[in-house]
Amino acid sequence: MSSLAHLTIRELSDGFDAKKFSATEVTQATLEQMRAHNAPLNAYVLTMEEEALSMAAEADVRIATGRRLSVLDGVPCGLKDIFSTKGARTTACSKILANFVPPYDATTVSMLRDAGSVFLGKTNLDEFACGGSSEHSCFGVTKNPWNLEKVAGGSSGGSAAAVAADMAAFTLGTDTGGSIRLPASLCSVVGLKVTYGRVSRSGVIAMASSLDTIGAFSKTVEDSAMVLQQIAGHDERDSTTPLVEVPDYTKNLAKGVKGLRIGLPKEYFTDGVDPEVQKILMDAADVYRKMGAQVSEMSLPMTKYGVAIYYIIMPAELSTNLARFDGIRYGSIPKDIGESLQDMYYHVRGGGFGDEIKRRIMIGTYVLSAGYFDAFYSKAQKVRTLIRQDFDNAFQNFDVLLTPVSPFPAWGIGEKANDPLAMYLADALTIPSSMAGIPGLSVPCGFTKSGLPVGMQLLGSQFAEPLLFQVASAYEQQTSWRNSKPKL
Amino acid sequence: MVLTPEQVRHIAKLARILLREDEVEKFSTQLTHIFQYMSVLDEVDTKDVLPTSQVTGLQNVTRPDEVKSWVSREELLGCTELPVEQNQIRVKPVFGE
Repeated sequence: MSSLAHLTIRELSDGFDAKKFSATEVTQATLEQMRAHNAPLNAYVLTMEEEALSMAAEADVRIATGRRLSVLDGVPCGLKDIFSTKGARTTACSKILANFVPPYDATTVSMLRDAGSVFLGKTNLDEFACGGSSEHSCFGVTKNPWNLEKVAGGSSGGSAAAVAADMAAFTLGTDTGGSIRLPASLCSVVGLKVTYGRVSRSGVIAMASSLDTIGAFSKTVEDSAMVLQQIAGHDERDSTTPLVEVPDYTKNLAKGVKGLRIGLPKEYFTDGVDPEVQKILMDAADVYRKMGAQVSEMSLPMTKYGVAIYYIIMPAELSTNLARFDGIRYGSIPKDIGESLQDMYYHVRGGGFGDEIKRRIMIGTYVLSAGYFDAFYSKAQKVRTLIRQDFDNAFQNFDVLLTPVSPFPAWGIGEKANDPLAMYLADALTIPSSMAGIPGLSVPCGFTKSGLPVGMQLLGSQFAEPLLFQVASAYEQQTSWRNSKPKL
Repeated sequence: MVLTPEQVRHIAKLARILLREDEVEKFSTQLTHIFQYMSVLDEVDTKDVLPTSQVTGLQNVTRPDEVKSWVSREELLGCTELPVEQNQIRVKPVFGE
């Protein structure tokens, strides 16, 4: 039992300060955990053992002299393989980038370097972050640590499974329509989708630019706040990061929820949501009631249109972003690239992109083409306005909203493989908030009878992350779900 | 609505993606299914609703026009798998030989 790998960021940080153990010992214990469990789970697609041990040794020098750079100094983490890492292969789990080694770091990656964090490796995802199950990866599926026959969720499935299996103290992921919250829920870890613009996306391979966000997976709510503290803020390399002050995210963790108004949107508790999941969420609502919160049902009437507009707007933006993959400036090219430049495009893209990417590029190309633009794209943008208004209205009367993250617990590997639409519906409860650009926090809140994790989603208004941490932390203190660990 | 195999071939051509025949058939069925689902939007009245293209409210984001060292030309050229000559990437001819 490699106990050091089980520790939270807070426990590691306090332990380093008290010189109870070294960063090298922690990194070795975590690498050991990866050696023992990564093969069946397939959470990491690249292990950076040498670099990790060298970063840990540097952290140990700082720890020894009492000059730690931050609470994350010496803390081992994993990075979704869509974050550019200087000198370390970055593939987006696509054949088209199979050999790509970026010449620079993403802003968040260099922020973590500056904070002293130790990089263990790159984690698995659905190709270009497109999917809800991590099955669309050129490296194969990530399995759920709670049940190896089930998916870990996606697209940041590797990042979620790595934390759940103690193969990292925390990981970074991306969330466009639910890609952090969904796998966090399916793997029983904490997952934060930040307010759009809160964290720089520079150097993270773009999926849908009006929706993409960066966030962390962690073992506790406090850890989530500690990571956000290090990566939030304006970046001149990402013009969508507003100059909004970065508050102290851990300040309100012990404030409780007395008097807070928590809304339960009835559209998130409909027939399409597994009854067992609904029951577990109602139990969570009762925990809040007992703590003194005012919990009541409310309505977000536009919820049912979220998936439809997401699968117009996101592919439109994705097809535009992925137009840059032509095999010329970077990326892998097949042996046969034909005789002309045009031929080369067809071969590189036809052979390099997987099925789901091809589907989405074609949807995007279609909805942006002359004659269909108004019927699809313009219409979707207008409905997006109505979804935003839903949330604006809701936050006039409620401080936070409490919903399930996923309509159902982890499903079987391959179960939705031939039905893309069924897969898309897994994000039905996370997409609307992505459309509104508001933050969402996925927090473990129980298990089904068959032992699969269920997560709750807390939603707040733009830049309400401190409030989400406060509300989630109160629940975490009252319950013991986070002490449950998968049997690996 | 139905997305025919002909339409799928045309879209794939616009998107510069080479598809095999079995892919054309599969995507025709799947994309039709997906676009049919989107017809749920027909029931929403969007008259007089302004479109949302972004949620930050930021406008005209600028920064000082200063040259900063970023990544070297050599490092960037090192990313291509195609031949590099005189700091340029050699590609296939645009109009054929």
